Amino acid sequence: MTPTRKKRMTVVLLILLGVGIAAAIAMTALQENLLYFVSPSDVAADKMPAGRQFRLGGLVKDGSVVRANESLEIHFVVTDGPEDVAVVFNDILPDLFREGQGIIAIGALDTAGVFQADEVLAKHDEEYMPPEVADALEKTGHTVADQNAAAENKP
Amino acid sequence: MNAELGQLALILGLLLAFAQFVFPIIGAWRGNSTFMAMGRSAAYGQFVFVSFAFVILTYAFIAQDFSVSYVAYNSNSQLPMLYRFSAVWGAHEGSLLLWVFILNIWTVTVTAVSSRKGSVLPPEFSARVTAVLGLISFGFMLFVIFTSNPFDRFLPSPLEGADLNPLLQDPGLIIHPPMLYMGYVGFAVAFAFAIAALLGGRIDREWVRWTRPWTLLAWSFLTFGIALGSWWAYYELGWGGWWFWDPVENASFMPWLAGTALLHAQSVTEKRGAFIGWTLLLSISAFSLSLLGTFLVRSGVITSVHAFASDPTRGVFILAYLGVVIGGSLALYAFRAPKMITGGGFAWFSRESLILINNLLLTVAVGMVLLGTLYPIIADAFGMGKISVGPPYFGSLFIMLMAPLMMIIPLGAYSRWKQDQIGRVASQLILPLVISAVVAALAAWMLSTGNLRTLTGVFAGCWLITGSLSYAIQRIRRQKRNSLPRSEFAMILAHMGVGVFVIGVSMVETTSTEKHIPMGPGDTFTVAAYEFEFKGTEHVEGPNFSAERGTFMVSKNGKHVTALFPEKRRYRKGQVMTEAALDPGFTRDLYVSLGDPLDNINQRWAVRIYEKPFIRWIWLGTLMMTFGGLIAMSDRRYRMTARAKEKTRLMAEKTSASEVTA
Repeated sequence: MTPTRKKRMTVVLLILLGVGIAAAIAMTALQENLLYFVSPSDVAADKMPAGRQFRLGGLVKDGSVVRANESLEIHFVVTDGPEDVAVVFNDILPDLFREGQGIIAIGALDTAGVFQADEVLAKHDEEYMPPEVADALEKTGHTVADQNAAAENKP
Repeated sequence: MNAELGQLALILGLLLAFAQFVFPIIGAWRGNSTFMAMGRSAAYGQFVFVSFAFVILTYAFIAQDFSVSYVAYNSNSQLPMLYRFSAVWGAHEGSLLLWVFILNIWTVTVTAVSSRKGSVLPPEFSARVTAVLGLISFGFMLFVIFTSNPFDRFLPSPLEGADLNPLLQDPGLIIHPPMLYMGYVGFAVAFAFAIAALLGGRIDREWVRWTRPWTLLAWSFLTFGIALGSWWAYYELGWGGWWFWDPVENASFMPWLAGTALLHAQSVTEKRGAFIGWTLLLSISAFSLSLLGTFLVRSGVITSVHAFASDPTRGVFILAYLGVVIGGSLALYAFRAPKMITGGGFAWFSRESLILINNLLLTVAVGMVLLGTLYPIIADAFGMGKISVGPPYFGSLFIMLMAPLMMIIPLGAYSRWKQDQIGRVASQLILPLVISAVVAALAAWMLSTGNLRTLTGVFAGCWLITGSLSYAIQRIRRQKRNSLPRSEFAMILAHMGVGVFVIGVSMVETTSTEKHIPMGPGDTFTVAAYEFEFKGTEHVEGPNFSAERGTFMVSKNGKHVTALFPEKRRYRKGQVMTEAALDPGFTRDLYVSLGDPLDNINQRWAVRIYEKPFIRWIWLGTLMMTFGGLIAMSDRRYRMTARAKEKTRLMAEKTSASEVTA
């Protein structure tokens, strides 16, 4: 190899090495930050160990919302029909949170099997149903029809 | 009747877009100047018809023509006049029409500039540029007409419309989408120049001079557009964040990163003739990422605040279009580029090598964001479960990639092309280094914090600002004149903007105070030395909403600072919206928003109270970058016509003996 070629090879190899390291780091970081979407039925089937972060999706069960008096603490139940999961949240709820609405909560189960939510998402759209929630509901035989009833009010 | 006229105008525009592709491409191939001229006429004609369609849709909104389905779904009779304009691009169909309209604006501008008298562009080349832009427009207009027609009728006509998404009823949203699209779509010009060069099979440093100002302009619009979006999210979404690594934000950020890499690669190609293949590839990538962004936002494959429309057939169409554009251009690149790669060599430490590192880091960042954004979609498609990627993935990796970039930016300005000594450059930067270290130490003392992220952020920001400033001072001294060439001034301003941005981000991310608390009338709460007193709420009526408006009196050390009035609005169709109240400041923002009412008897509310230090610096920095791009674009050397060029060449020959170019 001529000196120029040798130099070029070194540069190319260094770049490849750099990109390789970057890719490895990115994949590791990705694995660490993946959040799985889990339905209450999956939780009932013991798919998630306590302490492991995931996204819980389903409908807020009618009549299940209970507020604390002196703090922001709120208790409610997320359901997909056959199974329920109790949720505790200690922060401000999104505008569209209400009973019967599809939501996604991010957090982990505690040892008592209660879902400790760090974040609750409900979308800024009346008709909105998170696609994951809609899918999960269909699996359990629920229909999305009543959820989308609002859509029919449109012109 | 009007809507049908709009529809007709769109179809005529589509036919002209096809003509704009076919005639100039044949003309350039055969050397037929009549055909090449026909491409220009088709472009102007298309612009007229698309503008006409756009005006008709706007008029339908102003006149409240609910027989047009798109109007009926996105507007109603109580919508304030201002938002009737922005409602035009408030949802899927209209925003695509805006996309096409803006592409037409770029096309006629490029066509007019490159065909004016004395233009330096060879006619075959500008004909090819026109043809490529015509093809892009043709594909998009097919999409609009067949899958997303904004002029579809809704019959029998309803008496009243639905509503514009209340999130979009905001002044920030009137200009955010057009600015963003000006940037997105503007990369089509750089793309068209790259494809035209590949088709022609010839490329030189002249080529970069033609394409660079367009790239700078598009990049400036995109920078401004993204900044506007971030600012809007901050005050309108009601939870006080300025960036969420949301897929749609990523969709606009990826072309920005690629565009930034492109600008820097272009400077190497322009000055040294190196990196030509790389510049071409980045031109293709930047626009491909813009298209991918459109696909992500508009196909409904991702779950996001922005994904208002979901329709699988649209997704399939965009995917096919994407495949044709990206696949076609990459194939052309693979076929032609190897013959065109030339360029001067450079030593391991030189301005070229630093820009190479800049490009590597930015490209890896694009790859990283792309991976995180697409991974959930890919995982879902392959049945690996419903997955989402948490923001920490993006945040931590991005900081890791950008930290070295921040460190080398001042070095880049100081170092010479081709070859330099790292010692020489470093010795000139000792003072900025010392100043930045002192400022970081001062920050540690004043904030009494040992937080490494805050301090490195402050240090890096100061390093960028003082490093760029010291270069400016040295440069002015050396040439013994009190001004800088525009491109130099632009670079310094933009790099200082990065510094201001970095300080803003690291202060906000690490030293903000955020409190979520229940408050009743008469309660007070102290956040970062500011005392917030809640006076209770009252009911108010807006033009198309009713609201509970809270009153907060803010004081510091017993002295009145301001009064804040956050609102909880309920729009006509029942959508609930949080309107935060802000007290902006140069070194801190105060932010209050109402959560939900906790009980009706005591009038207690969940309340967010934030103090956000230096958050304005985030947008100040991006504004400096925007102006940097605009000023660089206006540099004299891009505006030269053929005759002016000949003159300077002759003059340069006369004086070339002693002149050393930078």
